[in-house]
Amino acid sequence: MSETTTPRSKPAPPAPVADSTKPLADEPKGRTGAARILASRDAITIYALLAFLIYAAVAIPRFASPVTTGFLLLDVIPVLLIAMPMTLIIITGEIDLSVASTAGLTSALMGVLWAGGMDIWLVLVICLLAGTAAGMFNGFLIAVLGLPSLAVTIGTLALFRGLALVVIGDNAVANFPRALTAFFTSKLGATGIPTVMIGVVLIMLFFGVLLHFTPFGRGLYAMGYSKEAATFVGINVARSKFWLYVGSGVVSALAGIYWTLRYTSARSDNASGLELAVIAAVLLGGVSIFGGKGTIPGVIAGVLLIGTLNYALRLGRVSDVVLITVTGLLLIASVVAPSIGSAIREWRHTRRVRRQFSQNSA
Amino acid sequence: MMFNRKNTGLGRRTVPLVALTAAAALALTACNGGAGTPGETGAVEEQTITFIPKQLNNPYTDVVLSGGKKGSEEAGFASSQVVGPLEASASSQVSFINAETQAGTDVIVIAANDPDAVCTALGEARSAGAKIVAFDSDANPDCRDVFISQVVAKEVALIQTKLIAEQIGGSGEIAILSATANATNQNEWIKFMEEDLASNPDYKDIKLVAKVYGDDDDTKSFQEAQGLLQAHPNLKGIISPTTVGIAATARYLSTSAYKGKVALTGLGLPNEMRPFVKDGTVTEFALWDPAQLGYVAAFAGKALVEGKITGAEGDTFTAGELGDRTVEEGGVVIVGPPTVFNKDNIDQYDF
Repeated sequence: MSETTTPRSKPAPPAPVADSTKPLADEPKGRTGAARILASRDAITIYALLAFLIYAAVAIPRFASPVTTGFLLLDVIPVLLIAMPMTLIIITGEIDLSVASTAGLTSALMGVLWAGGMDIWLVLVICLLAGTAAGMFNGFLIAVLGLPSLAVTIGTLALFRGLALVVIGDNAVANFPRALTAFFTSKLGATGIPTVMIGVVLIMLFFGVLLHFTPFGRGLYAMGYSKEAATFVGINVARSKFWLYVGSGVVSALAGIYWTLRYTSARSDNASGLELAVIAAVLLGGVSIFGGKGTIPGVIAGVLLIGTLNYALRLGRVSDVVLITVTGLLLIASVVAPSIGSAIREWRHTRRVRRQFSQNSA
Repeated sequence: MMFNRKNTGLGRRTVPLVALTAAAALALTACNGGAGTPGETGAVEEQTITFIPKQLNNPYTDVVLSGGKKGSEEAGFASSQVVGPLEASASSQVSFINAETQAGTDVIVIAANDPDAVCTALGEARSAGAKIVAFDSDANPDCRDVFISQVVAKEVALIQTKLIAEQIGGSGEIAILSATANATNQNEWIKFMEEDLASNPDYKDIKLVAKVYGDDDDTKSFQEAQGLLQAHPNLKGIISPTTVGIAATARYLSTSAYKGKVALTGLGLPNEMRPFVKDGTVTEFALWDPAQLGYVAAFAGKALVEGKITGAEGDTFTAGELGDRTVEEGGVVIVGPPTVFNKDNIDQYDF
């Protein structure tokens, strides 16, 4: 089966040693255009999502209904939001583990300020500013001081969560304006799509356009492959990184606000563990943890795939123990399978080149 | 760096897709098979009940749920499920409530991790036709029909004074070994005990000589028990209204000269206290039976579904072998007096 898809006698990516003497025009071309898009790594995630949706709609009673759309989307919105800046950050080869703590800090702040009698719109603005500040702090340490993002954000993960505890303690604030909390769970007519999805879609569009259609976005891929090379071709690596973390902080604050109003509860432990859910979904969506690879549509499909799987299993009353095991296996499969694939290809390629060499010399 | 190569062949790209769907399909079919028949409602005898505890895999929760399962069967539910988060976080229960709403369960019995965070989701469940029973830990009263509460604080206090009075023969010095000095429930119980000792003529010869705090720390409780007996040589009894304190005190008494001479009672776990009851250190102690909580919750759910009660004050329903229960102010149903454990019945309990 697999042989038929690679009928070329020569290796697809030109091997640097064996083929460097031949003119480039003789080389077989890589897949281009529609075929390339249809077979890309994130297209696979989208197929998997569609396949699972069809399966769930057929096999799970009551799954195919607008109610599912509503509950499912409400569940995935925080992940979906934070996954956007996270995709960009991971594409540059960095990471941000502090996102969930930033959301928790925002939630705590929101509770305290609102309980203190501040106007709700002012509270929201201050929360966004707090998220921005958290992102700037990360950005400063990582981009300006050049510290490794993993170490910095592990630190701020604990720091921001600690600050959230300092701000609100063990209390929970719940008496947010009814109209506002109702808005955050309201649906667009009979479609079941949450109203807030409009805002989420705008944010997804923003990050999608930023990554795929601007020089800034293309620069992020370059940074992911090699920071030195990116600097060499004129990309301001430090500035790009700084703004990515600021963006991550702002979006995390939005997620924190959403979380607080959706659950009508401001607590210091809100959104705990969310960073791992986000990173898992981003990786499932085809973003390489080594950087340089990944797309926004793929990530959206990845987030929705995990969300749908969770929801479907819950609707089927499958225990959470099974659920986390399944999502874990899925993640490993999605990361390992392409690596195994490329390892096999590499091995075959080397063998073919060796054979060619021995024929030529004979 | 070969693992970081761009993919090139279509054939191999299908591998993750196949693996993905296969894994998902496998998990789903395997698990659906064992999960009974979810969502098959409609006819009256097809009612379903779902328990959502604070978290799964917790020993106390397991006992509560075993009572719930027994109650659901006896009350006549077609099927009962237990779903819930692995972590007791405030918002983790919401997606379970949502899924249950959609699965069309008739009764949701929930121990809320956060009374308000679950409120919106419970509201949606109610508008979809489900009845909401809170148990163990109340949800906001606006979003549930009834709350099943363990016991009344006063009853917990009075049963302990009654037990100690019986065990010391109605006269002598007693002491209290509590948890922390600012524990709300402990202090409420102690307040009721003191009132009872002061006002009840039967207890006029009993004198409360000391209140000490073991901070629910095993070692500290042990040392405090030791200190109590040294400081008060005429002490005839100790009340420890905390499971940690009573176990530590019992351990000290059982190895000391006071064994069998100084009475000990309070609130304890049968599994922890069993050896001390068997060796004669402790004769009787009390605690509510967590299983009864789940049991009564199931019957309350049944009564709500059948429209026998609405959760209004004064409504009554029958909770199987536990007899009639009345809905009190604020939609609260009290499970009943605490259970008293002694060497005759302690082997019937496992928690």
